[in-house]
Amino acid sequence: MIKPSPLEASAAHYRKIVPAGDYWMHVVRAGETFRIVDLEGNQAVDTLFFNADDPAEHYSASDTIREQANIYLTTGTVLRSDLCRPMLTITADLVGRHDTIGGACSTESNTVRYALEKKSMHACRDSFLLAIADNDHYGLTKRDIAHNINFFMNVPVTRDGGLEFADGLSAPGKYVEMLAEMNVIVLISNCPQLNNPCNAYNPTPIEVLIWGAGP
Amino acid sequence: MTPVTSDTLPGGKHWSLVMWRNSRLKLTDIDGGANVGMLFYNPYNLLERYNAPDTLKCQHSFKLVAGHCLYSDMGRIFCSIVADSFGWHETICGNSTKSSVRSKWGQSSYQADRNDWLQNGHDSFLVEAAKYGLGRRDLASSVNWFSKVVVADDGAVSLDAGAAKPGASVELRFEMDTLVLFHTCPHPLNASANYPRKKVRFDIFDGPPASVDDPNRLSAAENARGFENNRIFHIGCCAGDHP
Repeated sequence: MIKPSPLEASAAHYRKIVPAGDYWMHVVRAGETFRIVDLEGNQAVDTLFFNADDPAEHYSASDTIREQANIYLTTGTVLRSDLCRPMLTITADLVGRHDTIGGACSTESNTVRYALEKKSMHACRDSFLLAIADNDHYGLTKRDIAHNINFFMNVPVTRDGGLEFADGLSAPGKYVEMLAEMNVIVLISNCPQLNNPCNAYNPTPIEVLIWGAGP
Repeated sequence: MTPVTSDTLPGGKHWSLVMWRNSRLKLTDIDGGANVGMLFYNPYNLLERYNAPDTLKCQHSFKLVAGHCLYSDMGRIFCSIVADSFGWHETICGNSTKSSVRSKWGQSSYQADRNDWLQNGHDSFLVEAAKYGLGRRDLASSVNWFSKVVVADDGAVSLDAGAAKPGASVELRFEMDTLVLFHTCPHPLNASANYPRKKVRFDIFDGPPASVDDPNRLSAAENARGFENNRIFHIGCCAGDHP
């Protein structure tokens, strides 16, 4: 459901531009609101969440889908952990539909999807792996890299069971916003994919913003 | 073909085994309405595991049917679906849990119910995973064989209970040595009045490797590349019996 946010960007206590191909890893505290802005449109923002107090608990696509009995993420969606606990709730969304079935690109999956010669092209799972290595104080390893969210991606399932990466519903300046229900580590790979028409073969920057918990 | 071994897993139970490359595993839903949750790992590098998103997106499919391949997160094929009389298996809904089983079908304990206790898919995987040094962090979105989950235009998912088919079977040919964890606990969207206890027969066969004109290999250019990744993975092994 499309729902704008009442929050003003100027009131955010944290703002950062994340270029395409970079990762961003940051703790959002319970009660804070976190926004991702698709600055130029149809950018894939591959996102994982971990419980900051026990990073062994992570975002779970299947728990999230099963509990809301719907594959699309939008306003009202509760993003759940592998223990089925609420991690964040989507409180505002200018797009109306985000994907959590398509997963993240990797160098290995690129060889299957596109060509064996593409194995050295930059991919989201490399960003995830570098992020957890650079931030090894969290104790995360490859086993913690579960199935992610693709914010701003439109991956419809057809009635006969087909799956496609359709033209995006997003556009420059559209955003999705969520309220943290627990202290979470946010791990974003701002997708570097150059082989998929879903982003017009043009990965672009995003902005992330955080507002403090209310009084 | 005569199975090397055959066994039956009662409903609501769990098991695990290692399938060797080129062997086949045939699952049969004897009474109709079974669910088999299944996860796959590389026994020599347990960090390589089944990846449902990679499997679905490289084959442009939400459902799993004959002709499809099940991929690891390393771009390799654990197994090919070489035969399927059911026609629509799902791999995104995950598992039943202790709390979902209790809220649907009531409190159950081993003390009161002995081996008729109501087990759940999530805990079943935890037990089987632990036998190989794996834990909760290693679980991923599983396959749910014999469960047809459909998606409406608005994204709503539902389990099509009418798809149940007594005697339905699905046969997998393993394209690399693979650790298989599985359970026969109810699908998480199962809304039966009573906890469903649906047994599943599993037959294991020896078999030849995929030929150069194998239907799974030829089903999509993506799968041809997946088979090539497996071939490279096996160089130096097995006297080159992989085309």
